[in-house]
Amino acid sequence: MLTGTGTRVDGGDVLIVNGRIEAVGKNLQAPAGANVIDAAGRWVTPGIVDIHSHLGVYPSPGLKGLSDGNELTNPVTSNVWAEHSIWPQDPGFETALEGGVTTLEILPGSGNLIGGRSVVVKNVHATTYQAMKFPGAQQGLKMACGENPKRVYGSKGQAPSTLMGNVAGYRQAFADAQDYRRQWEKYDREQAEYQKKKDSGGSDSGDKKAAPPSPPKRDLKLETLADVLKGDIRVQMHCYRGDQMATMLDVADEFGFKIVAFHHAVEAYKVADLLASKGVCAAMWADWWGFKVEAYDGIQENIAIVDAPAGSCAMLHSDSEDGIQRLNQEAAKAMSRGVRAGLDIPPERAIRWLTANPAKALGLDGRIGALEAGKNADVVIWNRNPFSVYALADEVFIDGAVAFDRAHPPRKPPSDFLLGQPNEEGAP
Amino acid sequence: MISIYMHKALVSAFALAGVMIAASAASAQSANQGGAAGDGASDVLIRGAKVYTVSARGTLDNADVLVRGGKIAAITQGGTEAAQVPAGAKVVEAKGRALTPGLFAGLTHIGLEEISAESSTVDATLDFKAPAWDQKWRPEFDVVLAYNPRSTVVPVIRVEGLTWTVLAPGAGDSIIAGQGGAVAFDGTIEQGSKAMIDGSRSLFVELGSGAEKFSGGSRAAAYMLLDQAIGEARAQGPTGPDALLHAAGRSALARYLAGGRVVFEVERATDILEVLAFAERNHVKAVISGGSEAWLVAKALARAHVPVVLNSLQDLPSDFDRLSSRLDNAARLQRAGVLIAFSSGESHKAHAVRQLAGNAVAHGLPWDAALAALTANPAEIFGLGGTRGRIEKGQAADLVLWDGDPLEVTSAADQVWIGGRAIEMRSRQTELRDRYLHRTAAR
Repeated sequence: MLTGTGTRVDGGDVLIVNGRIEAVGKNLQAPAGANVIDAAGRWVTPGIVDIHSHLGVYPSPGLKGLSDGNELTNPVTSNVWAEHSIWPQDPGFETALEGGVTTLEILPGSGNLIGGRSVVVKNVHATTYQAMKFPGAQQGLKMACGENPKRVYGSKGQAPSTLMGNVAGYRQAFADAQDYRRQWEKYDREQAEYQKKKDSGGSDSGDKKAAPPSPPKRDLKLETLADVLKGDIRVQMHCYRGDQMATMLDVADEFGFKIVAFHHAVEAYKVADLLASKGVCAAMWADWWGFKVEAYDGIQENIAIVDAPAGSCAMLHSDSEDGIQRLNQEAAKAMSRGVRAGLDIPPERAIRWLTANPAKALGLDGRIGALEAGKNADVVIWNRNPFSVYALADEVFIDGAVAFDRAHPPRKPPSDFLLGQPNEEGAP
Repeated sequence: MISIYMHKALVSAFALAGVMIAASAASAQSANQGGAAGDGASDVLIRGAKVYTVSARGTLDNADVLVRGGKIAAITQGGTEAAQVPAGAKVVEAKGRALTPGLFAGLTHIGLEEISAESSTVDATLDFKAPAWDQKWRPEFDVVLAYNPRSTVVPVIRVEGLTWTVLAPGAGDSIIAGQGGAVAFDGTIEQGSKAMIDGSRSLFVELGSGAEKFSGGSRAAAYMLLDQAIGEARAQGPTGPDALLHAAGRSALARYLAGGRVVFEVERATDILEVLAFAERNHVKAVISGGSEAWLVAKALARAHVPVVLNSLQDLPSDFDRLSSRLDNAARLQRAGVLIAFSSGESHKAHAVRQLAGNAVAHGLPWDAALAALTANPAEIFGLGGTRGRIEKGQAADLVLWDGDPLEVTSAADQVWIGGRAIEMRSRQTELRDRYLHRTAAR
């Protein structure tokens, strides 16, 4: 058992009651009537948390009519919400579940400086996204560094077309948000004063006829950014290059917001100490590199090096409907490369890259990401050590319910899209 | 199959790794003094390896492989006496580690594409941006002429145990993408335009929905246009402005119509059947690349002896040509008797082919068949079976010594030899790693 808290328990038990983990340890007593699963010889981990997915917003099949992940009409679209683009029938949710993924953050794409709000969902099959949403999870704000926004808008002859144009764009957006926030704070003060006067009788002055203050007009873009400034929305930022991460940390300091994590952080290894000292997480691939110049310096020891300093928060993410099915294998690659480079990374530490650390970056570390009493019972039973190419998830539990059981696969595909398609057994 | 990897406790593999790194770095250095393959490469004796011959001899425990003049000279079991070690041969103690043939990197753009999004560094695709009705097809286009053995991608891939690839031109604006062929990553600048390994030359054709955009909107038109081009190559069609082909294109295509190898990039089952009929009609040796739905027509493929180069991780209905994608595609094809090879389609991450193979094993493909699909099978498919893909006397000494199960993602290559030369186990990535690894304060 790799608990996600950094420990490994051999021959351990997990007790699940009412969808929550009741106890973790050895020789636990099953309550009367409990369903006892013998996991002898198998490995148990927390459910995998993928902090960067576009399932549902860029689903399979990749049809024009279903491509809803990038609102490429303005470099700042903090008014859009990824959840409004999710197609819950994406067959990718089921294949991710078969890979042990129980929670995922679905983000808008990276074509804009500020792409919109993300949403955290549990990987449960549902007809509506509302039924998938992780209850009480904060939304995120997707922002993007680097080549994508400047390419998308630069090619239209619009700002930004350079990195400095990118930074000017973020700064102006947050300057506007500060102003917007001040307007609302002013209104809130006036409203409070008005209410106070009203409550105190209001008969002792000539203010009897004073009208209530009128609220500023809601601006959905600035509202999102103001919520970021208040700390109600968590910034998740696509950023490849180490130097650009440092630039963005300065921008965040200037405006008083926090960047929770850099995603696609291909060069995070160059600023590993800075990230750890600032308490910023980095979400990375195991071995992607070379597809654009900002990814040219990608190395396979990236995650292991980022993980090394005290206070680090290294995470593995997929950004891919394929990669999300095998995050355990990706972690295995990153772990073994780190070990070969001389870093001490046992499996009980590496499992945190895809469980406890992303849970923390989502603000959900009190609820998921570890096998601990009180946590959601999101649990995976693997047929062997999950850090292996041969490992398969045998059973996946979400909130204590069996979401996937390899021995008893669903007779019909959960996705409506796959129903009645010629992909069943018994074909010619 | 299970016994091969069951005993490989992660912990012990890691404990070994540190020792092996030191050992392999030393051996690389000394062996490198020998220079390029066939050019004074020193003899090498790799002693005490678990040798996966991928031949009728199977897997040999505690075997010795002697490399001489860039080729495999002998494979012996039961220990080589000191007296039998050829004078001047460098001895590498394998200590039971796995030794495999150098792996096939797949159909890639390695050495044709440095940074994918920077077109000035990419030479993989011919695209005149011509509309379908105004195209000249260029089957005479040979992408291997652009191969740069000094690309930074080559060492990155090579240290992963991949020793050769088939350079496949990308789909441009024509159904016929052009010609490609196999190259080995021996890294000599002299390779250049002569890099293509004899017998591997192939023509690449894009069909199915991938061809829709340059065939006027219907996959049926792709077959129509292909037949038209073949007619021209057989001197039965028009020449001049109305023709699809120039004179050079007619003669290039004609060469393939006499039994040449044509790789068809195609996914949907019905298109695969169409390719089989087309290949029979036109006397070409067909290879299916992609083949997401190939399992549906496995028997027909086996009957026609048409191999499939596939990505075994393709399991989603990514488009309507791939609705019936399955993780056991490889296993089903192999069971039906179809020759299979793995290709991730990736260049920078070509090493993913090992992960493809391992996952295919997890979904029913026998382990030995999975290794063959990275070694002997692709060599066979691309006409190199006589010189590459097996550990057999007379084959090129393209060898990899692994620190664990060669198909396991936690394993890595300790040492790679290409043409008998020990490759320096360094790349731009290891340089970056070494620069930053020690700048970071470990906890």
